[in-house]
Amino acid sequence: MSDHGIYGVMAEFDSPSALVKATVAARAKGYRKLDAYTPFPIEELTEALHLHKNRLPLIVLAGGILGGLTGFFLQYGIAVLYFPINIAGRPLNSWPSFIIITFELTILLASLSAVLGMLALCGLPMPYHPVFNVARFSAASRNRFFLCIESKDPLFDAAGAREFLGTLEPKEVSEVAH
Amino acid sequence: MADDQQIVLEKPAPGEIIAPGYTFGTITDQIASVVLTKRTPLFWFAAFGLGGALLMLFLMAVTVLMAKGVGVWGIRTPVMWGFAITNFVWWIGIGHAGTLISAILLLLNQRWRNSINRFAEAMTLFAVACAGMFPLLHMGRPWLFYWMLPYPNTMAIEPQFRSPLVWDVFAVSTYATVSLLFWFVGLMPDLATLRDRTKNPIGRTIYGILAMGWRGSAHHWSIYETASLLLAGLATPLVLSVHTVVSFDFTIAIVPGWHSTFFPPYFVAGAIYSGFAMVLALAIPLRSVYGLQGLITDKHLDNCGKIMLGTGWIVAYAYLLELFAAWYGGNTYEQAAFWHRMTGPYAIQYWSLVACNILLLQILWFKKVRSSPTLLFLSSIVVLAGMWLERYMIIVSSLAQDFVPSSWGIFQGTRWDWATYLGTIGLFLFLFFLFVRALPMISIFEVRTLLPQAKVQKEAKS
Repeated sequence: MSDHGIYGVMAEFDSPSALVKATVAARAKGYRKLDAYTPFPIEELTEALHLHKNRLPLIVLAGGILGGLTGFFLQYGIAVLYFPINIAGRPLNSWPSFIIITFELTILLASLSAVLGMLALCGLPMPYHPVFNVARFSAASRNRFFLCIESKDPLFDAAGAREFLGTLEPKEVSEVAH
Repeated sequence: MADDQQIVLEKPAPGEIIAPGYTFGTITDQIASVVLTKRTPLFWFAAFGLGGALLMLFLMAVTVLMAKGVGVWGIRTPVMWGFAITNFVWWIGIGHAGTLISAILLLLNQRWRNSINRFAEAMTLFAVACAGMFPLLHMGRPWLFYWMLPYPNTMAIEPQFRSPLVWDVFAVSTYATVSLLFWFVGLMPDLATLRDRTKNPIGRTIYGILAMGWRGSAHHWSIYETASLLLAGLATPLVLSVHTVVSFDFTIAIVPGWHSTFFPPYFVAGAIYSGFAMVLALAIPLRSVYGLQGLITDKHLDNCGKIMLGTGWIVAYAYLLELFAAWYGGNTYEQAAFWHRMTGPYAIQYWSLVACNILLLQILWFKKVRSSPTLLFLSSIVVLAGMWLERYMIIVSSLAQDFVPSSWGIFQGTRWDWATYLGTIGLFLFLFFLFVRALPMISIFEVRTLLPQAKVQKEAKS
């Protein structure tokens, strides 16, 4: 990991506007390994951090297709191959009556992959994360907005990052221990 | 944090969905304090106690049912569905409002939903749990419920996939699973708030495990928002399909009074109608007991009232269309079925449901009524009763008097029918008030986004 011995430097702000402003400034300064912590989703922050489109829709699409195929072939397999019953010569593969279960399993597997995919892409559940070492971080789930410059950043040096964050009118700047 | 410790509230202006004077901090504190306080209001004990008592009645009714069989209910040939399926359809319908609020109104960008979606989704979950009891108990041998699922077995039997009853198994279990997932995903950031706010170490551990280490990272929020939208997009067709499939249980059969093509939209509208009635019946007492009038404002009640009025009219239209189709279709049995409904042994129920669902509904046209919580509460109870009668009518009267008069029979609910029904109301109240005590009943993070200060100012963006 880093030779800095810390996870990063974190600044606290008291409004979403201040945080977005600071994030834009940090990007402009050249920092790339940034993360912001907020009590609710802020659309402008996603742009300010240049977060790329995530792959979740693709995962959900794959889950949905898999669910649909499972649903249909489960019924086809049972009604046609495994347990064919001839009732007055009616077709075994009566697909219109298989549509509903196909649909339900499509939704089921797509939803499961949405949730599991979201957790996987976020790396959750995560029992430990260094940001929780900052004493005031518990306010990130209440009413405070945090910006963290991580030590992985090639431009990172603790004193420089502290000084830079200090110029953005934060409430407080603190180091994040590992 | 002394700057925003005090909750200074004015009465919200009419038409506003949140009272002025709230800050991110006070919203968090107010909603979290319902859970984190040591003082529980007397109302909670009363409601939870009532739920618990009725739940005991349910357990007793189920014990008797197991010991003696489904004969303790009033179901006799020809009416084999009776209370059980009536209650099933009623409860499933109630659940629909929760998904409508959480998914469809999210996609339609109706921001007022943010303060009522959480408990409405919880309502969905518990209503589906209550609904699920009835088909299971009605089977007579509930411990063999897994025979309904396709699994490799040595009996060489598999479900009949061409039967709407099997479709129902898949529709309802998918609905329950997806509702649970959606609810849990919505809870994650709020569980993190509770984890950070609680002073109780056991509570912190439990909320901490459930929050899965959520830390509000911007990277996570962007994925989270995608997931919410996708789940909403998936839940929307799902919720419409569930009551459609429930209505197929009837329409696919050739029983007069059931065999019609407009049942799906009629059932879905009825479901949303009764569901919003339940939302109001829960929201109105909760907001006054917990002093949440600043978050669940009169505007919310007004909107729910309007949705009830709209869906109520769809239901009224369906009643009329049903009669018209029977007359215009020229089918003697269909005509007889509706004539029996209006004049036969169940005439009282029929005319009461018309009174509850159509006539009394018309008071919701008046702004005065929609802005009076008491009147809204009473009308929602009337609608809930009316919708139960509607399901009872459809199921019982059609089965009681079908094609051949010699096979007719009359259904009467027994005390065990009533005990099971009241028992599931107990189960619902019990679960719902446990939820109110242990989890935030209003989505904290979504309400934060309603505040004017949540908007990022223009000059900050570039």
